[in-house]
Amino acid sequence: MTTKKTCHTLVVGGGPGGYPAAIRAGQLGLDTILVEAGRLGGTCLIRGCIPSKAIIHAASKIEEMRAHANGGAGAMGITLTAAPQLDMAGLRSWKDGIVDQLSGGVGGLLKAAKVQHIHGWATFKTAKTCTVQTDDGEIEVTAENVILATGSRETELPFLPFGEDVISSTGALDLTEVPETLAVIGAGYIGLELGIAFAKLGSKVTFVEMGDAILPSYDKELTRPVAAWLKAHGVDVHLGAKATGKGTSKGKQVLKFEDKDGKARTTRADKILVAVGRRPCTEGWGLEAMGLDMDGPFVKVNERCETAMRGVYAIGDVTGEPMLAHRATAMGEAAAEIISGKKRVFDPRGVAAVCFTEPELVGVGLTPDEAKAAGENVITGKFPMAASGRALSMEAAGSKGMVRITARKSDHVILGIHAVGAHVAELSGEFALAVEMGAVLEDLAGTIHVHPTLSETIMESALAALGHPIHIAAR
Amino acid sequence: MARHAIKMPDVGEGVVEAEIVAWHVKVGDTIEEDDDLCDVMTDKATVEIPAPVSGVIAALNGAEGDTIPVGTEIVIIETDAAVEVDVAAGDSGASPGPAEDGKPASPGKDPEPAPHKSPTPAPAPIAQTQRSGKTLASPAVRARALELDIDLAAVPGTGPAGRVLREDLDDFAAAGGRLISKAGESGGANRTPKAGVTEEKVIGLRRKIAQNMEAAWTVPMITYVEEIDVTEVEALRKSLNGDRAEGQPKLTMLPFLATALIKALAGVPQANAHYDAEAGTLTKFEGVHLGVATATDKGLMVPVLRHAEAMDVWQMAGELARLSKAAREGSAKREELSGSSITITSLGAIGGITTTPILNTPETAIIGVNKMVERPVFDGAGRVVPRLFMNLSSSFDHRIVDGYECAVLIQKVRTLMESPARLFM
Repeated sequence: MTTKKTCHTLVVGGGPGGYPAAIRAGQLGLDTILVEAGRLGGTCLIRGCIPSKAIIHAASKIEEMRAHANGGAGAMGITLTAAPQLDMAGLRSWKDGIVDQLSGGVGGLLKAAKVQHIHGWATFKTAKTCTVQTDDGEIEVTAENVILATGSRETELPFLPFGEDVISSTGALDLTEVPETLAVIGAGYIGLELGIAFAKLGSKVTFVEMGDAILPSYDKELTRPVAAWLKAHGVDVHLGAKATGKGTSKGKQVLKFEDKDGKARTTRADKILVAVGRRPCTEGWGLEAMGLDMDGPFVKVNERCETAMRGVYAIGDVTGEPMLAHRATAMGEAAAEIISGKKRVFDPRGVAAVCFTEPELVGVGLTPDEAKAAGENVITGKFPMAASGRALSMEAAGSKGMVRITARKSDHVILGIHAVGAHVAELSGEFALAVEMGAVLEDLAGTIHVHPTLSETIMESALAALGHPIHIAAR
Repeated sequence: MARHAIKMPDVGEGVVEAEIVAWHVKVGDTIEEDDDLCDVMTDKATVEIPAPVSGVIAALNGAEGDTIPVGTEIVIIETDAAVEVDVAAGDSGASPGPAEDGKPASPGKDPEPAPHKSPTPAPAPIAQTQRSGKTLASPAVRARALELDIDLAAVPGTGPAGRVLREDLDDFAAAGGRLISKAGESGGANRTPKAGVTEEKVIGLRRKIAQNMEAAWTVPMITYVEEIDVTEVEALRKSLNGDRAEGQPKLTMLPFLATALIKALAGVPQANAHYDAEAGTLTKFEGVHLGVATATDKGLMVPVLRHAEAMDVWQMAGELARLSKAAREGSAKREELSGSSITITSLGAIGGITTTPILNTPETAIIGVNKMVERPVFDGAGRVVPRLFMNLSSSFDHRIVDGYECAVLIQKVRTLMESPARLFM
């Protein structure tokens, strides 16, 4: 027996794209149904951004504490008499608590927005009709408008399928103990974030990366501090290397790979984390029945988030790069408003990206190289964290951290802002605001930034670009 | 890095200032030697200023429309060279027009130096440097523009770097600036009222024309209109064109009218003259330097047929063709655009039965040509026959030329044109 439902707007996927779209649609008075088979919150909240940040924070905390207990005892006059002990179960339950709290919060928000939430897997029969298998039987939903927010999933390597010892980023967040050795395939932001966290938790970590640099979408000036941290902490990074499979040596699992010279090598790997990227979820839910145009592996959309089928919209990771939660959220809001009849486009000037590596790395807009490639004549301004009083007073001045502003030479319009250093992720909001507002260097330089905060480094780097920074010698 | 300063060149003897008509570069541009930097204009001749060196534009002084004294630095180019050089653009291959002022009426009179406006240091190009293709505006302004159906690219931004501010958008909208309506949203019939206004600076040739017209308006003028039967001269013209030699220009009506006018002016020499009211002198010319008002893309120009009295119709036609082409292409020299003693202006091709031409001061006469039309007339024997007519609408400086003399001159022209054989006697 199939229950039939109709609605004005159907959202498929309850992640950081889908649930904001549903909330906004509900706020706008649209009769809205959200279908999600897993827990509300999607990859970001359940098995991505949030839990990984919890693990990363804990890892940093225990590393700091060790510094006061072991060789570095006495730093800042603080000494721990015993080394900190990690109870992985305790860490997981703390992390899960955060996830539970947030996922529950999403449910509450949907309810407040009068969105009907159906728990189950949707399969489309036509572009506007899907069936959902729920615990209470099959429900057929017919909608006037559909927002596809199916997201993305980890890319699997055919010769290293996910299993008990070959894990995805999701698996890494649910490990019950810290592996003695961890091999990470892929030195992009996900691999590095988790690899570094496990290195801090005590794993011996080895990276195997096919490209010739870590974090290939950032330039060397930005990634150098991360590379330096890895080196200083005994993390092996094999660049230009290709994973080939796993094996055993002396009863332990090893990762087999070819190094950059083509030499076959192995590294001990109790766990192998495969972090070679993500791909859009376009299978298993009837995409083929909907008559949409594709853009490579992605669902093709225009700036109004419209697909080729009238009344069918798509948002977030399923529509393309950059696969970031905040982009999906912004698209979701825009799509809901467009469906309600508002004039909206998804047309950002920049989407900031953050890597919670050690140190952190953040950027929005163009790097100097990218700007030059785009034909711009640019000036840059840099300000080192080492010259920030606040950075010094919170142990954030090391590791060659800095803020770098890239502006057009002729009119000083800010084309990009990047930073590397401890806690710089929290500066990203101002970076994005500057680019989105069309700020010029003088706007940032002329805004009084609170002393003593890390944000002063933004003002100072704008001043540096203008040739007259206060707290470093002008060039 | 060395700085090359390029000065406003001395484009002609006695010229103390020139107007920047167009910039071809902006601050930050990388330029090659000989790239055009800007166009400057004196009187009605336009000169291109080429870059003497390769480098990067560091500064531009003066906006389009600014009149800049000769010798003022107008462009600073930064080069990789080690030496600093000052260059007057004229020294470096710019080919300014000939030096002579070319106005016979004011020999020896120095042009009065206009009050020198000190050139403003290059604030202008900033607003025009938006290269990314996306208009600079905050998200709120962008959203509002979308709401109002306004294309932000059309809204003049007053913020830093030309950023479109909320106020700019409001002003634009209040002025009725609902200029774009995206296809598909408005359907076919797009009949929204358009109350938008655009403001532009009156610069260059247009400003020159405006100034000349203003000067002419202080002259008390009389306009005299007469119709001329051109049936026979038109037949002659066609016949001559029919057997013209290879390479000979096609004859228009103008050389015939000019020939008639030259003959008629012998009897009314004060209509082929310059009147300087301030000096109280009337300069009459023996020769006839015939200005021919010519419409160009940039506005009205008056190339001059010098010593038309020494030319036959074919020579006139050839010279006229060359001059009007040069004027249209902007390659006319200064001397070819000034120094006329009387002017012919024609709206003939477009139509209109009468015009009230304004004098090309300090000249005392201007002859306006109206459209040729075929009309039925009585032939003197009670029969109606078709004849070709052309009106002449001619204005005179009434301080110098009396109404009677206007009539004498134009009637003489009419007689000559109506019996074309007399033109060549």
